[in-house]
Amino acid sequence: MSGHIHNTDDRRELQMARSMCWHCQSEMAGEYFCDRCVKVQPVSKDLDYFTCFGLPRRLALDPQTLETKFYELSRAFHPDFYQNKSDAEQTISLGNSAMLNTAYRTLRDPIQRAEYLLDLEAGSVKDIRTTPPADLFEEILELQDTLDEFRASDRASESASTLRTKLHADRATLEQRQRDMEAQLQQLFGRWDALQNRGETTEQARAERGRILKDMRDILSNRTYVKNIVNDLVATIA
Amino acid sequence: MSRIVGIDLGTTNSLVAYMDHGTPRVISAHHERAMVPSVVALTDNGLIVGDSAKEHLTRNPERTVYSVKRFMGKSLADVQGELAYFPYTLTEKGGVIRIKLGEKSYSPPQISAMILKELKLRAEAFLGESIAKAVITVPAYFNDSQRQATKDAGMIAGLEVLRIINEPTAAALAYGLQERTQGTIAVYDLGGGTFDISILKLKNGIFEVLATNGDTHLGGDDFDQLIADLFLTEIRRQYGLDLSTHPDHMQAVRLEAERAKIRLSDELKTTASLDLPDGKGRFTRELTRDQLDALSIALVERTLGPCRLAVKDSGLAPGDIDEVVLVGGSTRMPLVRQRVQALFGKRPHCELNPDEVVALGAAVQADILSGGTTDMLLLDVTPLSLGIETMGGVMSSLIRRNTTIPASAKEMFTTYVDGQTGVDIHILQGERELAKDNRSLARFRLKVPPLPAGVPRIEVTFLIDANGILNVTAKDMRTGETQSIEIKPSYGLSDQEVERMIEDSFKFAADDVSARKLIEARLDAGALLTTTEKSLADGGHLIATGDVAAIRTALSALAAAKDGNDPRAIRARMADIEQAAKGLTVAMLDDSLKQGLQGKKVSDVTQS
Ligand SMILES: Nc1ncnc2c1ncn2[C@@H]1O[C@H](COP(=O)(O)OP(=O)(O)OP(=O)(O)O)[C@@H](O)[C@H]1O
Ligand SMILES: [Mg+2]
Repeated sequence: MSGHIHNTDDRRELQMARSMCWHCQSEMAGEYFCDRCVKVQPVSKDLDYFTCFGLPRRLALDPQTLETKFYELSRAFHPDFYQNKSDAEQTISLGNSAMLNTAYRTLRDPIQRAEYLLDLEAGSVKDIRTTPPADLFEEILELQDTLDEFRASDRASESASTLRTKLHADRATLEQRQRDMEAQLQQLFGRWDALQNRGETTEQARAERGRILKDMRDILSNRTYVKNIVNDLVATIA
Repeated sequence: MSRIVGIDLGTTNSLVAYMDHGTPRVISAHHERAMVPSVVALTDNGLIVGDSAKEHLTRNPERTVYSVKRFMGKSLADVQGELAYFPYTLTEKGGVIRIKLGEKSYSPPQISAMILKELKLRAEAFLGESIAKAVITVPAYFNDSQRQATKDAGMIAGLEVLRIINEPTAAALAYGLQERTQGTIAVYDLGGGTFDISILKLKNGIFEVLATNGDTHLGGDDFDQLIADLFLTEIRRQYGLDLSTHPDHMQAVRLEAERAKIRLSDELKTTASLDLPDGKGRFTRELTRDQLDALSIALVERTLGPCRLAVKDSGLAPGDIDEVVLVGGSTRMPLVRQRVQALFGKRPHCELNPDEVVALGAAVQADILSGGTTDMLLLDVTPLSLGIETMGGVMSSLIRRNTTIPASAKEMFTTYVDGQTGVDIHILQGERELAKDNRSLARFRLKVPPLPAGVPRIEVTFLIDANGILNVTAKDMRTGETQSIEIKPSYGLSDQEVERMIEDSFKFAADDVSARKLIEARLDAGALLTTTEKSLADGGHLIATGDVAAIRTALSALAAAKDGNDPRAIRARMADIEQAAKGLTVAMLDDSLKQGLQGKKVSDVTQS
């Protein structure tokens, strides 16, 4: 049986500082390519995704800029362009491309981007909620009952059709709820970015940052919880 | 760098293409079509491939393999439902199907390798150099086992497979190169055996696949089968004949069904006609386009679900697609075009030859790999989610479907029991919740140093490379040591087996395609020599003596070439004879028609 632990935290791994070119051993000044021998360099595991794309650690992000940079780096790293190169370079190209693709996927999606930033800033592993958020407690317990009842019912029966109508209404409510949370998140994102842009180092600013991160984390996990319930609901009534 | 060719290894037809100064071109042999039917037959002269093998479908059904692509990367259990339709015998060994041909059994990659060798040979003859590297296409929805099987086939054929690329994306490359399109395109590829839909974004030379979906068991073959079933039922009813005990007639029914289907793409009605066994005469039946549509609508509808899913997964709506490109022979069916047009609300593009566009795209990709084309880059995705089995038989997803490749995921493993020395890992592919409902790719045992429970930390990296094929590595985080992992594929050939098959394919020189080419050329040359000698004897007096001398010279040149061992030289001399003897043929026909067609010349007759 496989016992596996989720979410390996790459950044915590001890990693030799990459200061020398793996090939010619000269001091590395260039970003991804050695200035002297022009060989591609493995992207350091310590490099966060924002830095990788040359972007500041902000939650508002222009998708166009991100895409342009992604395409540019893809042209630099993709294995297609390393077919005639040494084995070592091919391996680096493969690793860098895989990393780049993960980075792009993470930053492209606002929710994943926020979760990632939270992880960077607060060093937290994703908070997986197992009980309903307090303000939805009653509603969700009731919904679970309706779902169970519906699953056990004869789909053609009248009672099933009543239940179905109720479930559709519940779905609309929850989806609205999800949208509300996303709007709250947007606000928090804006507050975070503004705070970072001011770059204050006061005790007050630090406390404010901590509060925003905590609120973000709560709403993100509530949102995921609600989203999973909605998915389950949709799958059941489909 | 030596030349890399692009190969479309299709269910029904295969092609090879190359890049000719920035323009991809398909390669056809002397006077032949570029398409090589994906058929392999065992004859008294050994194994043959392509058009000549297709002839054996009805003559020699038990020894003629077609649609072998359907069996790539599959176990016998996977194809149980359709076994009855195939006249050749299938067995299984080590989770891999084996096809019996005479005394020997061949795995699907070996049969595919014979087709690949034929293409390789064509390319070599055409380009005048030896070919050792190729890009081979697969349906986008092929899973890891099916991709690996295709790669194995290449190796067995003596080709280094530099890249496996997806058929719809290959088509997009060829299309994008020609049309210089920007925007979002949907490629709908319905071939002989498989269906794929891919949604791509084309921008400044980047071809980014947003999502893909499909069905690796849905294509023209299935339409043929429906029509054939209809014919078979009617034959049973009208003549009390059960053709399923006559493999040759079963094949004839299938082929006639396909021909009728193809005719109905251009006509509104057609007549199918078949010879029956046991002196029961002929079965003829009129089939209309409407009847065909009624038969096929369910199959066509089955392609639309994956289309909607792919569009949804790419975060778009059908109306957001700028262009729809049709690929594959089956998209010539009017019903298919109608339904696709209705779904996307756009008239689909079909300017490019749907038979060739995949091979052309493979040639473009080959050129990218060899450094010729530098402004284009394909970013493809993995079609199916990859995961591992966890407690309770649940699949835990590591790399989601439609993730851009190369893609990697890391997972940390530890032990539950003190002193435990291994962790079993079961790798799966698919979208279902439970492990048992997904495709098992492989199992392996992770070696762990004996330590108290929970202390070992082994990090396993799952990497899907640019071919869409999985690679697994493991690292002990305590010692930093990496361990090599021996993976036993669930439905594939082991490395040793592939090695052996590569050796076999060289050893049996008689099976070798080039040897066979020579044998065939010699046989054909022999026949031509005999008939021409006879014509000279019968009709030599009808032509000028100079012409007779020219024919004699050509005959002795062919006789000499026939003794040599260059099939191309033989074919060239044969063409010379045909040229030299043209006058003789016409004169003899004119002569024999003189009474019947008072005064009319053959040249008039053939022109009218
Ligand atoms: N005019 C036509 N009308 C309908 N069907 C056609 C027509 N021409 C060809 N086909 C069908 O197209 C199929 C072959 O298409 P194609 O050569 O694209 O397939 P393939 O590439 O060999 O298969 P795949 O891509 O599924 O592996 C056959 O089933 C054939 O009957
Ligand atoms: Mg095809």
